[in-house]
Amino acid sequence: MNLSLTPIEIAALALSIKVAVAAVVVSLPFGIAVAWLLARREFPGKTLLDGLVHLPLIVPPVVVGYLLLVLLGRKGPLGAWLFDVFGVTVAFTWKGAAVASGIMAFPLIVRAIRLSIESVDRGLEAAARTLGAGPVTVFVTITLPLIAPGILTGMILGFARSLGEFGATITFVSNIPGETQTLPLALYSVVQTPDADAAAMRLVVISVVLALAALLASEVVARRVRQRLRG
Amino acid sequence: MIDHAVLENATDEVVLDVDVTARFGDFDLQARFTTPGGLTALFGRSGVGKTSLVNLLAGLARPTAGHIRVGGVALFDAAAGIDLPPEKRRVGYVFQDSRLFPHLSVGRNLTYGMNRVPPAERRHGFDQVVDLLELGGLLQRRPAGLSGGEKQRVAIGRALLASPRLLLMDEPLSALDAARKNEIMPFIERLRDEMRVPIVYVSHALDDVVRLADIMVILSDGRVVASGEVEDIMSRLDLRPMTGRYEAGAVLAAVVIGADEESDLTELSFGAGNLLVPRLDLPRGAPLRVRVRARDVSLSLSRPDDSSVLNIFKGTIIAIEDSDGPYADVLVNIGAPLIARITRKSLNRLALRPGGIVFASVKASAIDRRSVGLGGTRLRRH
Repeated sequence: MNLSLTPIEIAALALSIKVAVAAVVVSLPFGIAVAWLLARREFPGKTLLDGLVHLPLIVPPVVVGYLLLVLLGRKGPLGAWLFDVFGVTVAFTWKGAAVASGIMAFPLIVRAIRLSIESVDRGLEAAARTLGAGPVTVFVTITLPLIAPGILTGMILGFARSLGEFGATITFVSNIPGETQTLPLALYSVVQTPDADAAAMRLVVISVVLALAALLASEVVARRVRQRLRG
Repeated sequence: MIDHAVLENATDEVVLDVDVTARFGDFDLQARFTTPGGLTALFGRSGVGKTSLVNLLAGLARPTAGHIRVGGVALFDAAAGIDLPPEKRRVGYVFQDSRLFPHLSVGRNLTYGMNRVPPAERRHGFDQVVDLLELGGLLQRRPAGLSGGEKQRVAIGRALLASPRLLLMDEPLSALDAARKNEIMPFIERLRDEMRVPIVYVSHALDDVVRLADIMVILSDGRVVASGEVEDIMSRLDLRPMTGRYEAGAVLAAVVIGADEESDLTELSFGAGNLLVPRLDLPRGAPLRVRVRARDVSLSLSRPDDSSVLNIFKGTIIAIEDSDGPYADVLVNIGAPLIARITRKSLNRLALRPGGIVFASVKASAIDRRSVGLGGTRLRRH
């Protein structure tokens, strides 16, 4: 058995990483904002927002993918606007795959960060205010460093969820090799072909190794962050 | 001797002017007092609203009406629509639980507030504060590795370096054991005397109040029941339920006038008389405040010449508070107010009445280091 990766495997692996990284990076700021709103503010429609954020966790991924297609497709209201104003096409591109992954990962990111915001000692923030720091400065210099472990957990969960994303992605951006065919989609294609057990097994091994590597790396970073916080 | 004319003028100036109404859930707070600077103790039992009141001063809670002025600057004024946010108040706050930032080193905790003050407006140099609080060896450490006393010293330094107009200290010593407490006390005294920051100090420990405070504000059930100089407040019999029966006693402002090396005693003058106490290592002329616990004072109708007691003062009975228990408190004017706690049995046997002449005896050994505070508004301002 040949140990070097085939071009299709390399493309799928690189795409998976690219899509997962993009999904987490783009959804993180929104995740922090929404988590902060849910943890700290009371406002009308809070329950609705909470439900909306959790929706991707509950509805079948195909539903999310289809809704994205309707909204963000070339002729969809949002997709048309994006194309007219920015010249950006999301449907059937890797960007669309990242959007689908990001939305599927969003509830996990928000939950982890919200929990850590709720556990921050608000007395520390009050102390910072009395020392002359305004609310924004307090958030950046006190709250954000203190919730770093929660943000990290959210990123790991989000990254893992993105690597495994299948249903919403294939519905929204289809299964185009080199463009939207991430590892799970590639595996799906291989499984559809007869007598491709060896090829399927290779993709399975790549997926497992990638997931383990991500987990290990996150563990190392988490330990560093905890050490810095504890001093 | 104390020059009273000069002193009266000095204390006319109002540094802190508070008149606030606020509501915390079911709890109503209504507080009104002014202080001439120095160290003001907010004294009262737990749950009477002391912390709520300092939170109002810091801007961490909002009054429904009234005003808060520090050195003439309005921090809050409902009528004028002024409500400065905490970060604009320049009110330092030392919390009971120190609240050091766990992710920053001691050094960066200290500079957190300082860096937000324009250099021209900084009142205390970093090195000066580090020296005063003896923090030099801790700068690289993380808060998690500090002892309780060290944490509070860092918290005090951090608040001080933000150049506050007013420093709030909410029971900063209550989480510490007696040894640590005695370690921090001198720092607070130096802060008060050398840094000249007006301080509001929350406490429910009379020892601390007498030792540290110039002005005392007694809070009970969300209301200020009395405020004034510690000596005056402590000599009021009607405040006994607030100041605590066991620990209560008059407070005398005094200066060191000499030492009796042979007998290991120090002689103090409180204006109207002299008091011998166990040796205090203080220079002649040092101003201090002595609390004479009521339970350490006994009374007799004639001068007890063959007594072992060193301090005997002739005085007039001003008032008697005769309660239901076995004891009665007798306020005697010996040139300064002194309170004696005697049994009701003795009160009746000696037939003591207001206006009567008595001799008050104070055992020198009853006055220990814990009942002596350095300084005192009148004497220090002079």
